[in-house]
Amino acid sequence: MTEFRIKDHPILDTNEEATVSFFWQSEALLARPNEMISSALMANGISIFSHHPVDGTAQGIFCANGQCAQCLVIADGIPVKACMTPVKAGMRIEPAEGLPALPYVSRNNSYVEPIIPVTETEVLIIGGGPAGLSAAIELGNLGVKCLLIDDKNRLGGKLVLQTHRFFGSTEAVFAGSRGTEIAKKLESNVRGLSSVEIWTSAVAIGIFAEQMIGVFRDNKNYELVRPKVLLVSTGAREKSLAFPGNTLPGIYGAGAFQTLVNRDLVKPCENLFVIGGGNVGLIAAYHAIQAGIHVAGLVEAAPQCGGYKVHMDKLRRTGVPIYTSHTVLKAIGDEHVEQVVIAQVDKNFKPIKGTEQIYDCDTVLIAVGLDPVDEFYRRAKQLGFNVHAAGDAEAIAEASAAIFSGKIAGVNIARDLGYDTNADTQAWQNLEDILSSRPGDVVKTSQEFPHEGMYPIMHCTQEIPCNPCSTVCPKMLIKVDHADIRNLPYYDRSTDEQCINCGRCVAVCPGLAVSIVDFRKQDGKALVSLPFEQDPDLLQIGKLIEVTGTEGLTFGSYPITQIRKIVGFRDGTRVVTVEVPADIATEVSGFRIIEETEPKPYEFETEHPENLADDAYVCRCERVTAGQIRQLIREGVRDINQIKAKTKVSMGACGGKTCLNMVKRLFQSEGVNLNEITETPIRPVFVEMPLHVLANLPTNEEVKHE
Amino acid sequence: MSNSQNFDVIIAGAGSIGVPAAYYLSKAGFSVLVIDPLASNGQGSNKHAIGGVRATHTNLAKINISRKSMEILSNWKTEHGDDIEWRAGGYSFVAYDEPTKQNLLDIVHFQQDINLNIQWLEHDDMMALAPDLNPIGLLGGTYAPEDGYASPLKVSFSFYRLAVQAGATFHFREKVTGITQKAGSIESVITDKSRYTCAYFIDAAGSWSPEISKLIGVDLKVKPDAHQGGITEAVAPLFKPMIVDLRPRPGSSNFYFYQHPTGKIIFCVTPEPSIFGYFDDDTSGFLPHAAQRLIETMPRLANIRVRRTWRGTYPMTPDGNPIFGEYPGLKGYIHATGTCGQGFMLGPGMGWYITSLITNTLSDAEKKCLYSLRIDRDYSSAEKLM
Repeated sequence: MTEFRIKDHPILDTNEEATVSFFWQSEALLARPNEMISSALMANGISIFSHHPVDGTAQGIFCANGQCAQCLVIADGIPVKACMTPVKAGMRIEPAEGLPALPYVSRNNSYVEPIIPVTETEVLIIGGGPAGLSAAIELGNLGVKCLLIDDKNRLGGKLVLQTHRFFGSTEAVFAGSRGTEIAKKLESNVRGLSSVEIWTSAVAIGIFAEQMIGVFRDNKNYELVRPKVLLVSTGAREKSLAFPGNTLPGIYGAGAFQTLVNRDLVKPCENLFVIGGGNVGLIAAYHAIQAGIHVAGLVEAAPQCGGYKVHMDKLRRTGVPIYTSHTVLKAIGDEHVEQVVIAQVDKNFKPIKGTEQIYDCDTVLIAVGLDPVDEFYRRAKQLGFNVHAAGDAEAIAEASAAIFSGKIAGVNIARDLGYDTNADTQAWQNLEDILSSRPGDVVKTSQEFPHEGMYPIMHCTQEIPCNPCSTVCPKMLIKVDHADIRNLPYYDRSTDEQCINCGRCVAVCPGLAVSIVDFRKQDGKALVSLPFEQDPDLLQIGKLIEVTGTEGLTFGSYPITQIRKIVGFRDGTRVVTVEVPADIATEVSGFRIIEETEPKPYEFETEHPENLADDAYVCRCERVTAGQIRQLIREGVRDINQIKAKTKVSMGACGGKTCLNMVKRLFQSEGVNLNEITETPIRPVFVEMPLHVLANLPTNEEVKHE
Repeated sequence: MSNSQNFDVIIAGAGSIGVPAAYYLSKAGFSVLVIDPLASNGQGSNKHAIGGVRATHTNLAKINISRKSMEILSNWKTEHGDDIEWRAGGYSFVAYDEPTKQNLLDIVHFQQDINLNIQWLEHDDMMALAPDLNPIGLLGGTYAPEDGYASPLKVSFSFYRLAVQAGATFHFREKVTGITQKAGSIESVITDKSRYTCAYFIDAAGSWSPEISKLIGVDLKVKPDAHQGGITEAVAPLFKPMIVDLRPRPGSSNFYFYQHPTGKIIFCVTPEPSIFGYFDDDTSGFLPHAAQRLIETMPRLANIRVRRTWRGTYPMTPDGNPIFGEYPGLKGYIHATGTCGQGFMLGPGMGWYITSLITNTLSDAEKKCLYSLRIDRDYSSAEKLM
């Protein structure tokens, strides 16, 4: 039987057993305690959750983040989002086929005046990710009364999905620590603050004119919060992409994938293909390999990957083919994705006939960027709230920048409320600017790598904000310009001190881009120490292992001479030493893990239409294609409300969270300036809410089925 | 008056009434300009309508206008090809107390006398029609099977498309700021962007009509009255008619809801006391109150999930009837406004009647009937079924 749970992971603990019994249709299955229905189903090999009521096609997980509504299932007779509803013992889960039938109820209520509890607070923070937590710490340190709410059942936001070490500054934002650890550190700081109250599993569902926020708590209660100041730190949602076949189960967001793999330790697939070469796509592909998933390839439409070069290199060294200037033409499959067709694009991003290739895969990740979750902020502004935004909800950037953005917002809010603080927010702002800067140019290093002695090589040739290698060296031999940590690190040969091969710089580097070379033997061979955070079973002293260069080029297989865990970095990273010919030693930078699969040539049946995506769905809920929208734009429609009126775009269950930004991009692709566009109004509710909850009536357990 | 463009008819408001009027007038050969301060058609109150269409009123003129609307909407797809989601699902006013039942029975008899298709259903028949109604205390209800509902968004979109095709000009993001007259007749319309001469001016600005009327010194008896509505997720079919529950509850005088053919439930509450003004922001009390009312009337809806809510304004008149006709003090100035939340159901018919008025093709009987909607009536005989 195929195993869909991750039993071994090089970084994460995998010891929680599935002990909660539930039913899918009539089959008895097991879930981990508190596991969301979606993850429990996928952990049991079930990836088709329903069939779409409009066109009957299969549907599965898409955002895994409570944002879309594609994971609808019927749990104990009631339609719910599988990704936000925990499995309960004995729960009977059915696929949502067509329109769900409402359960019968046994009681007939007469009208009762609904009393909705109201909580007053100085500051309401929506979103407990890096920005919200950091703001709460600043506010809590000043004794400001805060309520922090988060829609998930644990704090940390997307940090809890990030198993890799973070870039940035060691002193300021825990760089060199893994996202999961940073989440724990921030959370424990917040939990220690007496003026900060925390509600997890608390979803903000509406913002009202009386300066109140409606909150759905613990999947059962509706409450209102009236803050003096509102901080929106709701993070980002993933951009989507229109291509034929894009609604097939098995095609979903990179964030959804990280949720399944890194948060819930579910191995949802065997053979992955990734669309998008930004940091999210590159990291997700790397996380897949750590989870023992084969990555068939990655396409990026631009001539270069937009993510950090070290993230790209990390992937290339493992053997994953990265196709830049390539796009996805379509996904193929009946009830689930089975293949993906890619092609090279010209400088206008049009596919070039004759370059089509087809890859087998069972999952395709869409990682084409993020959009701020800013509807709370925009609506609160319109309603005259004293409102601030921080983190990705303000501007998309790295989590390290979000920490500073949150700190600054926290202090600004405290000052708004009349609290006195001498925090140097200008200095923080400067740091945030550095941390959120786009990756710089790739520079050719002027450093020399002599074939003698022992020293580290930083295979890091792109200016990004990062300094952990310089802070861990016990001999202070690795230098990064303190004034601007975007400058490249270098090995300082001007002192009498020598590298002692302690391995810390190798272990700490978030880009896995530091090696230590040892030429001291002078026998034509050299020892190279490299980081390794994959399946440790691949390692054995004396065993040959294939080593690769920064571009992923293989140098052949060489024997492992040492496997070390480094003090302070015992959480999965190993420093592995291999003995290689001296002439390649300075170029060896990683290990090949993936066995490359050759794509097959694919003959596209017809000439590529002008707009390939026109047959693809933009609005997944109401099934509206890019072509329908493009036609209206070409007819002169400039008010999105009109597109909505004609096509129902954005009127589905997700409330336009996925499609509205795609509609805007369609306007742009038609050459229409967004200043000419009228947007749709922002209205409650932000997620669908059962009437009995809003009416403050007993929870659905008390509503019996007939 | 040089450099000003001339139109036969200028319409203020590209909404429920203005767009159908533009279509029928253009089709009749008039040059028509529609002016609206918003970005496109139907963006004022039209899009806030929930879509109900009925002829079962108590004012004869309103009944005739609605009948015309129903004739137009029920044939729309056959005639024009666009699916406006019309469905003759019927209307049912339910009674849970004797006074309401008596009141409804009186109205049913009146409506039957003028040949409206309506009947009274006793408890069992009413439960057969809508099996999930709360049976406790249900005395019965009216049933008018030819009434129904259509999509306000799609109707407006389709009328707009046809109006443009027929030659109507629409100026969006433009505001009427002045009206000039000459020898007792309308002369020109001034906007924040230009000036246009015309023979007829139609005030179809709904809630915003008082501002337009002020331009000719008339204090129009129309007040914007804010109502909130909502829509749920789609569920398997439960019932067909629009259900109107006239029971007052703390905060509302009645409420109504129906299940759209796609399975979504659309609902709206009439606040008590009224909330007058252009206020269209969402307030926190609506959802709990509406949820209680929906569950009270149809308990099985307890587990349905609300998808979205909104707020818009009813252009209210003191008697609940619209203001229709040429203003006695200014030749060519026509009021077609004050539809009291029924602009969507009256709009197509009103567009048709406006055209008949201008082409002078109304029969004497029709003229007599429409006279009850004149601006200088005494507003004392209130519509009984709001």
